[in-house]
Amino acid sequence: MNFTNDQLARYSRHIILTEIGVKGQARINEGRVLIIGAGGLGAPVALYLAAAGVGTIGMADADEVDLSNLQRQVIHTTADLGKAKVESAAETMKAINPDVTVKTYRSFIYSGNILDIIKDYDFIIDGTDNFPAKFLINDACVIARKPFSHAGILRFNGQLMTYVPGAGPCYRCVFREPPPKDAVPTCRQAGVIGAVAGVIGSLQAMEAVKFLTGAGDLLTGSLLTYDALKNDWHKVRLPPRRADCAVCGAKPTILEPVDYEQAVCDLKH
Amino acid sequence: MHITIADRKSEIADGTTVAQLLEIEKVEMPLYVTVSVNDEFIATDARETTVLKDGDHVEFLYFMGGGCR
Repeated sequence: MNFTNDQLARYSRHIILTEIGVKGQARINEGRVLIIGAGGLGAPVALYLAAAGVGTIGMADADEVDLSNLQRQVIHTTADLGKAKVESAAETMKAINPDVTVKTYRSFIYSGNILDIIKDYDFIIDGTDNFPAKFLINDACVIARKPFSHAGILRFNGQLMTYVPGAGPCYRCVFREPPPKDAVPTCRQAGVIGAVAGVIGSLQAMEAVKFLTGAGDLLTGSLLTYDALKNDWHKVRLPPRRADCAVCGAKPTILEPVDYEQAVCDLKH
Repeated sequence: MHITIADRKSEIADGTTVAQLLEIEKVEMPLYVTVSVNDEFIATDARETTVLKDGDHVEFLYFMGGGCR
C-alpha cells in the first residue's frame, strides 16, 4: 500500500522499528481484528489498535456505559453514560484515528452468531467477563481456525495466553470446562484495579500487533500471569495440546459452538 | 526433597502427592485449579495417586474470568 504524508508521520514511530518497518505497518493497516467485549480489557485494546492503524476493528458488546464502568473502561467518558458501549468506543477510536474502519455488533455473542461474526477477522480478542463466553470464544476460534488472545483479570491479578491453530494448547486444554456459576468470583463481586485492566489489555493489543506483523514471539504455549501487589510476572510454560481435548483434540466431541448458560437454564426447566 | 512451584523452590516430604501439595500450599478451591507437573497436565482424579519426585516443576493455573463489565 502507498502511505500518504500524514500516514507516514502518524505511523513514523512504528515504521522506524526494524521489526515493523513499512511492510509491518502496511500489514497493520490491512489487518482485521475483532474485540469481543468493550469493557475493562476491550477499552485499552481498542485504543491501542486504533492508534496503531489496524484497518478494520470489530467491536461486539450489548451493554450500555454505566457509572461503575468508568473506573477502568478508559475508552468511555462521563458524557457517554447510557450510550451503547460499542457506539461510545467507535466514536473514540474514530477520533483517535480516522483511518480505521470500525464495525460494531451491539449484541452479546452466543453460539448462533459467533461463527458468522468472527469469520471476517484475522485475530480475535477475548475481552469478556464470564466463563461461558470465554469457552464459547475458544471453541468457535478452534472450530473456525482463528487465532485469539484470551485474558482474565481479578482484584490485583491478570493473565493472558494466545491460541494459534496448530501451535500449543487451547483454553479448553488448560481449563476443560467452565466452573459452576458463582464458584469463582467475578470482578463485580470481588473488585479489580483499573490499571490491571490497562496492563493486561495492552498486552492483548501487543499480541494482535505481533500476530499481524509477524514480529517476535506470541504467547502460544504459555500463560503469562501478573500480580500487581507483588510486582510479580510469571510465564507458565503450558503442556502441549491435550490429545483428548473436547474441541482441539484428536477426536473432538464439540463440533459446533455451545452456550453453557443456556445449557444450565435448560436443565432447570 | 526439593520441587519448584512456579518460580519458587520448595522443600516437601518424600512421597507427597499432588493432592497433598494443594493442601500444603493452601490452594483455594482446588477443584477449579489446573495442575501441571513437568509440562504435563495432571487429571483431577489422578491427584491422589500422583507422587511428586525430587526436582519436579509444578504449576497451578487459576481461572480468571473478569474482562470486566
